[in-house]
Parts: sequence; C-alpha cells; structure tokens
Amino acid sequence: MTDAVAGFSLAREAVTLVTYLIASVLFILGLKGLTKADTARRGMQYAAIGMLLAIIGTLIKQDIVSYAWIAGGLLIGSIIGWPLGTQVPMTAMPQRVAISHMFGALAATLVGIAEYHTHILGGEAIPRPIMAALGFEVLFGALTVTGSFVAFGKLQELKWVPGRPVTYKGQNFVNAIVFASAVAMFLYLVWRPDAQTVFYAMVAVAFVIGASLVLPIGGGDMPVVISLLNSYAGLAASATGFAIDNSLLIIAGALDGASGFILSIIMSKAMNRSFGNVLFGAFGAPVAQSGAAVEGEMKELSVEDAAMQLAYAQRVIVVPGYGLAVAQAQQVVRELAHEVERRGGEVKYAIHPVAGRMPGHMNVLLAEANIAYEKLLEMDEVNPDFPTTDVALVIGANDVVNPAARKDKSSPIYGMPILDVDKAKSIFVLKRGKGKGFAGIENELFFDEKTRMLYGDAKATLTRLVAEMKQV
Amino acid sequence: MHEIIDPERLALLNQFLKFFIFILAGFVGFLVITRVPPLLHTPLMSATNAISAISIVGALVAAGREANRLATILGFVAVICATINVVGGFIITDRMLRMFKRQEGPK
Repeated sequence: MTDAVAGFSLAREAVTLVTYLIASVLFILGLKGLTKADTARRGMQYAAIGMLLAIIGTLIKQDIVSYAWIAGGLLIGSIIGWPLGTQVPMTAMPQRVAISHMFGALAATLVGIAEYHTHILGGEAIPRPIMAALGFEVLFGALTVTGSFVAFGKLQELKWVPGRPVTYKGQNFVNAIVFASAVAMFLYLVWRPDAQTVFYAMVAVAFVIGASLVLPIGGGDMPVVISLLNSYAGLAASATGFAIDNSLLIIAGALDGASGFILSIIMSKAMNRSFGNVLFGAFGAPVAQSGAAVEGEMKELSVEDAAMQLAYAQRVIVVPGYGLAVAQAQQVVRELAHEVERRGGEVKYAIHPVAGRMPGHMNVLLAEANIAYEKLLEMDEVNPDFPTTDVALVIGANDVVNPAARKDKSSPIYGMPILDVDKAKSIFVLKRGKGKGFAGIENELFFDEKTRMLYGDAKATLTRLVAEMKQV
Repeated sequence: MHEIIDPERLALLNQFLKFFIFILAGFVGFLVITRVPPLLHTPLMSATNAISAISIVGALVAAGREANRLATILGFVAVICATINVVGGFIITDRMLRMFKRQEGPK
C-alpha cells in the first residue's frame, strides 16, 4: 500500500468515526427534546439526521465492498417501513411498537449470527470477551424477537396467539430449567467459543424463553411487558456494539435500554408490583382470591338524564381507559367536551399511568382528537380536583378507579395508586356490559350511591349524549 | 524490545473501555429520560425504538463485506429489518408529536 492510499483510507476511517460521534450527540439531544412537548418534534428531527449521518458514515467504510445487497435491503425495508409509519392508526400503537421491537431485535440477532459464522469460517480463535458480547447479543436479541412477537399477537388479537394468560402446572419450574440451560450454554461458549452446535442451540433456546416469558401475561399487564422488551431490544443493540467494536451502537443501545428500564419501573409502580417482579418477568401470575364481594346494586341512568346533568355541569373530568380506544371514541369525547365548554363549563382529562396498553397511550389518542395537551393531567396533578368536580365521566376504565386499591387489603390491586374518582360529586360510568375489570375484581365504585351506569358501546353512548346535550 | 500482546488480553481491555462508554451513556440516558413527562411516554418509546435501529450500522457491514454467503444473506435480512424501524419509527414518532398541540389562545 502506498502512503497516499494509506492516508486516504485513514481519512475515510476518521470521517466514519466523526459521523458516529455527531450521531451520538444528536441522539442524546433528540431525547432531551422529548422532555418538553414544544421541543419534542425538533429533537426527533435531530435524531433522524444523526441516523442518516451514521448510515452514510458506514457506507463509506472500506470493508464494505459490495452495495447490491445493501441497496436491496434498504429499498425493501423502506417499502415496508413507510406504511408502518404513515398508515398505522394511533389506537394500534401498542402492537405497532411491539412488532418494531421484534424487527430491531431480529436485526441485532442476525448480525450476531453472521458475525459468529464469519469468525468460525475465518478459522481464527474468537477472543473470549468478544464471544461473551456475541452471546449476550443473540440471547437478548432472540428472546426479544419471540417475546415481542407474542406480545404483538396478543395485542393484535391474532387468532392463533392466545390473548388470555397461558399457564400450566410447574410452569415456573420448566421456565427456570430452560433459563438455566441458556446460561450454562452461554458460559460454555465463553470457555469454548468454537462450539458451533452449542451456539445455535443457545439461539434456539433463547427463542423459546422469549415466547414462554410473554405467553403467561394478559392484556392489562402489557405496558410493563412492552417497556421491558424495549429495554431488552436496546441491550441487544448495545451488545452488538461490544461484539463488532462500535461505540455508536453501544451508546444508542444504552439509551434505549435505560428508557425501557425506566418505563418498566414507572409502570410496575403504577400497578403496585415489585421491581424484582418485573425484572424476572414473573408478572401476570393468576390471582386466586379476588377480594371482598361488594354489596348493593348498580344503578342505571338514561342518556337523557345524563345529558341534562352534563349540560349544567361546571367542572367535568373525563377518565379514559382502554375501552375508549377499543370503541374508537376519542373524537366524540372531544365533541362532548366542546358542548360542556360552550355552556361555560370546564373539562379536564385524568390519565392514569397504566391506562391503555402501553405507557402514555391515552395521551396520544386524545391529542389525536385535537385535545390540547395542557388538559391531559397526570394522576397526582388531577387527584386534588375530584372533590370539586360535578361530573366524573369514566369511559372504559375500571381497575384504575377502583377504591378497593385504597382500603381493601384482601384485594389483588390493594396498594395500587388510583384516580380518586369516588370523591367527585357524581360519577357516570360508560361500560360495555356488567362484567368485571381486567383483574377480574368487582369495582365498588360502580355500586356507589353517587355512581350511575351507562351501558353499551362507548362511542354510541357518547354520540347520543352529544346529540341530547345540543337540545338542552 | 517488543512485548507480545495476547489478543485475548487486548480484547478484554478493549471491552472494558467500551463498558465505560456503555455505563456513561446509560447514565446520560437515565438523567434525560427520567425528565420526560408521562404525556410523551408513547412517543418516547417509539423514538428510542427508532434510535436503537442503529443496529443498521452492523447490518450494513455484514451485508456488504462479502465475507461469506450466509453472513451476506443474514446481513441483507438484518438491513431490511433495521430499515423498517428507521423509516417507520421516525415517521410515526413525528406523526405522533405533530398531534400534541397547545391550547389555542382566547378568541
């Protein structure tokens, strides 16, 4: 190699590294933008520029010799990714995020396998620290792939993925054995990196672990699961960075891992589950005892009477739950709020941290319906307002407003922080039928003297309410 | 006098350096992300997912290095998967963030 060629290749290498450095900074600035709604969009544009720079920086690397497969991959990926970005409705965000965790983890896993295979074919011994990184990469990657896919299947309600928790006798024991075997194979590989059979067996076992981790979990626990898988996908990306000696991957993966980790802690706190419970994926265990029975009966209210009360209400708080998303009722909610506001009343929205199927899901749905984000209040912010509220309108929410969480020690949700809806002057509950909530417990709020039930599809009921209110 | 450097030892030292980067980045992530309000938690998750599609960098190398047939094909599929998240992830995050609007001033 002549000096000029060597100098050129060094310069190329340096350019790549500089783009990586800039991309790292832009990613962090992007996340910093997300700390405020005003700066969030700009922040993500920074992050997108960082991503573009990193891709260009990689394409000029000298170890890339052929561009045909790359171009094909970029093209096909863009064709699939475009509609996934532009077409998916906001109500489907939880499953959309779950499936993208799967894609991200699959990419990391495949890169790990390709790297391992290339090392083996090269005939040189894989240094143990590199092998450890590769092992982490495919372990976290593969279990996130199947875990995310099962989560996606449950959220999308695919026919062949059971939505109910799948449990069987001795499940924990079987899971522990499978998990221990994966750890054993990992350790063996670090000792003997050339044991190919063990490597591929470990990948297979990791796929099994991912599925068996998520299968026992039901819909209401999905916010925790999705956050945890988010974290695992990040860790897999980070491990890729360790394996192929790339600091940008380590940084981006660490950011993603930290974010998922923090969200799963917040979610588990909001559901009153212990942190260890989350870490080991042992959540969603079937609840044997369902708390004290509730005396009394639920009182129904006609739409006409409800409309009359709402029309004269000064302070209204809307409490949305997953039922709102299911019924696609977010637009009608805004129309109803508009009717109240037209008459001089005030409408706020109380958002419980685990309302919906993923962190912050309700906020996105209501923002989509053109509701200003200042009106979307967090639990701690809104709870002091309930005693002075004329009407609390509960739409498809159940466990997050169950007063049993506050006082009934035998209740499975005891200790979970809830919205103080029972302190409002009157409470309307929009509910599909008379069934129990996700946790399968009676909600004494529905039997409260101040509570009136409005049965039926939330969207239909709200539409009739708005029509009635216009005539008052 | 040249010392013979054991590749295993070199790799270990190198991994330790990278571990510093990992811990520091995780720390920065922790400090920044704890300040993201619950209002934006869904965009946050979608955003970090798009950012972690940076594995595309590894996928591009695997697909374009022509090391061997299997690695090229695995790399090709990995490029597809990562590109889906880059393109779809940033678009949908922007779509969400565009919806968060302030209250309009009094008319």
